[in-house]
Amino acid sequence: MKNICFYFQIHQPFRLKHYPFFGIGQDHYYYDEFQTEDRIRELVEKSYLPANRIIAEMIRSSNGKFKCAFSISGIALEQFEFFAPEMIDSFKELAKTGSVEFLAETYAHSLASVYDQDEFVEQVNRHARKIENLFGKKPTVFRNSELIYSDEIGETVARMGYKAMLMEEVKYVMGWKSPNKLYHNPIYPKLKLLIRNNKLSDDISFRFSDTSWSDYPLTAEKYLSWISGMPDDEKIVNVWMGYEAFGFIQRAENGIFEFLKALPYHALEQGVAFMLPSEAIKKLESVEAPATLYPTSWSGSKDISAWNGNDLQQEALKKLYAVSERVKLSKDKPLLHDWLLLQSTDNFRYMSHSDAYGTHYSSPYEAFTNYMNVLADFLDRVEAQYPTSVENEELNALLKTINNQEKEIQRLEEELKKARSQKTSAK
Amino acid sequence: MKALMFGWEFPPHILGGLGTASYGLTKGMAEQPDMDITFVIPRPHGDEDQSFAKIIGASFVPVVWKENSWEHVESRIGWIMHPDEYFWLRNGIKYDFRRIYTNDLGCIDFSGKYPENLIEEISNYEAVASVLAHQLDFDVIHSHDWLTYPAGRFAKQISGKPLVIHVHATDFDRSRGKVNPTVYNIEKTGMDAADHIMTVSNLTRRTVIEKYHQHPNKVTTVHNAVEPLKDAESFVKKPRKDKLVTFLGRITMQKGPEYFVEAAHRVLEKTKNVRFVMAGSGDMMNDMIELVAKRGIADRFHFPGFLRGRAVHDMLAQSDVYIMPSVSEPFGISPLEAMQVGTPSIISYQSGCAEILTNVVKTDYWDIDAMADAIYSIVTYPSMYKSLHERGLEEVNNIKWSDAGLKVRAIYDKVTGR
Repeated sequence: MKNICFYFQIHQPFRLKHYPFFGIGQDHYYYDEFQTEDRIRELVEKSYLPANRIIAEMIRSSNGKFKCAFSISGIALEQFEFFAPEMIDSFKELAKTGSVEFLAETYAHSLASVYDQDEFVEQVNRHARKIENLFGKKPTVFRNSELIYSDEIGETVARMGYKAMLMEEVKYVMGWKSPNKLYHNPIYPKLKLLIRNNKLSDDISFRFSDTSWSDYPLTAEKYLSWISGMPDDEKIVNVWMGYEAFGFIQRAENGIFEFLKALPYHALEQGVAFMLPSEAIKKLESVEAPATLYPTSWSGSKDISAWNGNDLQQEALKKLYAVSERVKLSKDKPLLHDWLLLQSTDNFRYMSHSDAYGTHYSSPYEAFTNYMNVLADFLDRVEAQYPTSVENEELNALLKTINNQEKEIQRLEEELKKARSQKTSAK
Repeated sequence: MKALMFGWEFPPHILGGLGTASYGLTKGMAEQPDMDITFVIPRPHGDEDQSFAKIIGASFVPVVWKENSWEHVESRIGWIMHPDEYFWLRNGIKYDFRRIYTNDLGCIDFSGKYPENLIEEISNYEAVASVLAHQLDFDVIHSHDWLTYPAGRFAKQISGKPLVIHVHATDFDRSRGKVNPTVYNIEKTGMDAADHIMTVSNLTRRTVIEKYHQHPNKVTTVHNAVEPLKDAESFVKKPRKDKLVTFLGRITMQKGPEYFVEAAHRVLEKTKNVRFVMAGSGDMMNDMIELVAKRGIADRFHFPGFLRGRAVHDMLAQSDVYIMPSVSEPFGISPLEAMQVGTPSIISYQSGCAEILTNVVKTDYWDIDAMADAIYSIVTYPSMYKSLHERGLEEVNNIKWSDAGLKVRAIYDKVTGR
């Protein structure tokens, strides 16, 4: 029996507004709400909401046999809360069916897994809490931003108690090995690895309406016959993509929703089942994955150079994560929120010379200048709270003293009281 | 393929960008093995590089028949042209040009500059073209800029060979809209007569189509390139305390100097370790000095005057930013020269070179905020400077005249029907 494991990703950044350097030290609001709202509304109306409705219908009509997973970044959830609360309700309803699973990821869709371990752990926990609050279930499978994976990151994730992690089919790591199996981390075998099937995923998300493609037009029947025709030992096909593939990248008028709707029927007919990531790791046997020493991702080059490959990106990332420790000492809510939003991978992707996917800037230089101006203001605010003239450790000690002051006073007062009562009783 | 080119300037004696561009293109085209170029200029000085094209000086071509001995010709122009060639060219005189003032050899004394009687020189150039058209053997005629259109047109009329004209600028760029009707007439007549028109940018192409009413199919953009800088390594940026932002060019309305001053003012409101340089001269220089004083930034703003030769490249190399806020620039070679010595450039979208450059910062010429932001970014964030520096160098070193030459060749092939 073959299984398809669907997972759809939703992430949109809070777009930075045009922030010229005159704003540094004056203007502490960094976002272009109009653009952000406009973008998320368009996606919700054209893609997310119609797709959600269709999936709900598919689950109902297949008696829960159709299943799929979602990974929604914390920042995207915030945007839904602000600009499209109907999405939250829609996902809550899907969650109730039991056929939908929500995956864990970094709250800010950030590169923290590569640059800052502590921040990474904190963001993952924060995201898991948010998912549990909204949809009532703690995630057990982890998906990193942009499917970034290395054995080292896998280890951290396993230590946090996650049972499985998602990974891209990367030719220079996988070699001849098939993505259609369950793998496990070579140093930490408890952590299972699911691997995205590159071809079958991109067939839907990028090639579906490409008339020059030799397999055009793609029908659900044809698509499932490819899967049912696979070798016997290949049990699971991981079809993962950005959710906007439905209705946005592939337009509704090209029939992408009809394709989606037809899947359960043809799956049943050809003996293919749907499976959630958390089920897959329970039901399937795993084999050891080849070692992944350097971070891989699902960007075009399959490494993380789309975010940190050039000097601009490296300077921005270096300056951002240099203050991580100090920011974490702060209790200033707006500052902490900005800290998250500034970490979104998109900010760095826009600075790429070769692969600035989704950019709204006219050049990487413009993207960099704008980001750095914002960052300069942000760093000023951090500096104002905790001057760099004070060493991190010293600062820590001072803060501890301040935070413990109350306890200390209480303790001393009690001591005093005791002493007084002793005194009176002695009389 | 034999080409007869008419130009007005040729290095080393140049007055503007036209000479540099004609030279670069000719040299780039000469790399094609079957290309044979004869380049006509009004007044050669004898020190022009003739290794890749034959140069004919119009002031040594007889247009009026005068009897002279071989020895006399030898003693008069032997230093630059063989007397036999003079006598052979003399056979090409088919019209009566005695109305034109000529010297003892029957030649016209061209200034080769932009004198008061420029229009007269342009029409005298036609007379020379008629002699050459009768006597030389060529497949295509190529005229560089409006000064040589009449000459090219006449040569076409005589020889029946196709005419290609090269628009390096139009009067709309030079006059910011207040067009001189005589110049416009010369330009328009030349364009109408041409079999094909080449422009140095899409910006100029649009002007040619819209303002001179040429059919779009007849107009092709061939972007300029830049000659490799042989001693690029000899220009080393000296470490200094303050960052240097430089404007270099004629201080005229066309170059938008006032926008540079305003942008400088905005930058200095926020940061102090920057100095601004406006090198060059022009009719707006005094206005600019006044504006600088009015903004109270004179202690940070410098006017070194007109620079030439090595000093130009050295000024560029010492700068942290080069800025060209031109209001209307058909191409604009100077940002490429700045990139050759590794200096990041900020250019206006209204410059033709913005169409081909990637590793520069582009803003609208009037957008002083964006300009200030870009200056601030380059002088403040090290990787911004580094990226533009390294990638700019790499980019500019790949912009070659030989590639432009191939495009021109394709046009030659088309008009000659090969």
